[in-house]
Amino acid sequence: MKKIGAQIFIDCLLKEGVDTIFGFPGGAVLPIYDVLYDAPLNHILVRHEQGAVHMADGYARASGKPGVVVVTSGPGATNTVTGIATAYMDSIPMVVFTGQVPTALIGNDAFQEADIVGITRPCTKHNYLVKSLEELPRIVKEAFYIATTGRPGPVLVDIPKDVLMAFADVKHPEKITLESYQPNYKGHPGQIKKAIDMIMASKRPVVYAGGGVILSNASDELQTFITKLGIPTTTTLMGLGAFPGTHPLFMGMLGMHGTYCANMAVTNTDCLIAIGARFDDRVTGKIDEFAPFAGIIHVDIDPTSISKNVKVDIPIVGDVKNVLKELIKGIPGPKGVKEFKKNLEEWHAQVTGWENTHKLSYKQDPKGKIKPQYVIEKLYEATKGDAIVTTEVGQNQMWAAQFFKYDKARTFLTSGGLGTMGFGFPAAIGAQIAFPNKTVIGIAGDGSLQMNIQELATAVQYKLPIKIAILNNMVLGMVRQWQEFFYDKRYSHTCISVAPDFVKLAEAYGAVGLRAKTIEEVEKVIKEAMSIKDRPVLMDFKVDQFEDVYPMVPTGQPLNKMLLV
Amino acid sequence: MRHTISILVSNEFGVLSRISGLFSGRGFNIESLSVAETLDAKISRMTIVTRGDDKVIEQINKQLNKLINVIKVTDFTDEEHIERELALIKVTSNPESRAEILSIVDIFRAKVVDVSPRSYTVEITGDEEKINAMTELLRPFGIKEIVKTGRIAMARSPKQK
Repeated sequence: MKKIGAQIFIDCLLKEGVDTIFGFPGGAVLPIYDVLYDAPLNHILVRHEQGAVHMADGYARASGKPGVVVVTSGPGATNTVTGIATAYMDSIPMVVFTGQVPTALIGNDAFQEADIVGITRPCTKHNYLVKSLEELPRIVKEAFYIATTGRPGPVLVDIPKDVLMAFADVKHPEKITLESYQPNYKGHPGQIKKAIDMIMASKRPVVYAGGGVILSNASDELQTFITKLGIPTTTTLMGLGAFPGTHPLFMGMLGMHGTYCANMAVTNTDCLIAIGARFDDRVTGKIDEFAPFAGIIHVDIDPTSISKNVKVDIPIVGDVKNVLKELIKGIPGPKGVKEFKKNLEEWHAQVTGWENTHKLSYKQDPKGKIKPQYVIEKLYEATKGDAIVTTEVGQNQMWAAQFFKYDKARTFLTSGGLGTMGFGFPAAIGAQIAFPNKTVIGIAGDGSLQMNIQELATAVQYKLPIKIAILNNMVLGMVRQWQEFFYDKRYSHTCISVAPDFVKLAEAYGAVGLRAKTIEEVEKVIKEAMSIKDRPVLMDFKVDQFEDVYPMVPTGQPLNKMLLV
Repeated sequence: MRHTISILVSNEFGVLSRISGLFSGRGFNIESLSVAETLDAKISRMTIVTRGDDKVIEQINKQLNKLINVIKVTDFTDEEHIERELALIKVTSNPESRAEILSIVDIFRAKVVDVSPRSYTVEITGDEEKINAMTELLRPFGIKEIVKTGRIAMARSPKQK
């Protein structure tokens, strides 16, 4: 039977198991929206296309399912770019469908035409321009396959309007074969054997786990591996939650704002076991002095990550979950493990020493201004850690990483690679839609939040009980901090004291606005916010403007050269 | 070091731009590039000459392999292979110099493909060295224009079974 292209498109989505899409209508996608009018799909109407992409991203990070976006051509498409680049840097599975002007008009500078395939080529895992309705089902299937397999990432599919309006009798492919795309899931047994040997011979091992563990759903395997051998563990920002934040072997995050303990341990380790992490510059500090005494094992599904930044001794290309399973199998018997653990005693003592010397800390004067870290700690206490936390980018992100403990994967959603301000709030919406009954907290700065504040309308429309906690210091805090440290306190354009009254703003949108100006009010506000179940709450915490994030490794310095409180 | 990399890609629109975008986006340099269909019309071959230390070449190789449209990447540098380029050289000629130019053309087994009262256009194929050598010999006569293809390369068949 012949069907219209837009219906075939929706059929494709349903065949992929899609139940939720984030979108915004427009001329080129009108045929899709006409079918959506009575399609069995949950369509979330956003207020800005960038919001749609971050929501799909938050949905994907929280649930593990690919996020799906539908937007129109031209500006609709270009508005998705920041969101796509964000997902690309953090390897988030996502498929973005953009409308395009009819094929006959492509290249003619038609109304709302943009070469979105050209624009997004460097920030997608792959992208497509659909040239005929016949190839649409195959392309949609390939798009989902590519987005969700191997190292995941965003895929964009550009669909001209005439393709959506054509009629055809098409077959949906059951299987697809991509000759040139075959990710390697199994680690090489020889390399795994070598890795085990290196680990068992080490006296000062450290596990450095990243977002790849979460993407691979391998946190159980990671925990088994680490606890069997008793190896001190750090994670990247993206890896928070991959290993329980409250576990005694957890040293906290490493890197520029990592803990003293984690950074010292990595600097002194003789065997660094990198799992699903990519040696980002915010992690390594001065690259020549990163882990100078270590043999490095690197498990990653993407061969390009291996020896890109840091020369690796034992690379293992494969899916983290599979490789960890093999590594666990390779651990010698109880006698070997006992001896290994005995050899580690001195190392553990040293790690504990570091742990106790410079704990993450801040000083809260009971009569003084609210410290942002205090707010995070109170949020942690109020939820007992049972929440999905999203962050914006900057100081709020670092404090959320440092002072909230994440025991489970997919509970800390942050833009790690691209560092996108405006990510956290829409990502919280996506997470809440994926998990309607979970507590979702968006930790925000007053700067970042305003980059996608319009999505308050979306959150109100869908009655999402998201808790937004603004650490309101009336400055662009992280940039201000750098100006304080490195630019002679010349606070150039970082003061944003002209801001809306966030409480009134929330109310204007139909959300709840609460404010805390004093320490006593913090817990009260949080308690009240937690009791609201039918709409978003915006908590405006007036915090100390001059609080800095510590420790800090200045750019270009090795990890052990930290500025401490 | 200079590397000649041969890439089999699916013959689709936009693939060239993916490859060149990868090079420009990551700061790799393309010295020459040639693209054409293979025996299988669905597959094209690109031959790229690039430069970099081992680390850069390793990244280029891996990044190319990561592209969905790339089927196979071969670095010919450490392999027995044949390389060819083609150049068209327009050289000034006059009654006194013609004989000498023709003898150079003959020595290099090149050929004259266009003649005008004041110039010869010479076609030469060969590896870079040969083309450079002939260019240098023709230079004193006055080269008006030179157009070169990118390099193409093919692995030599094994000599013994």
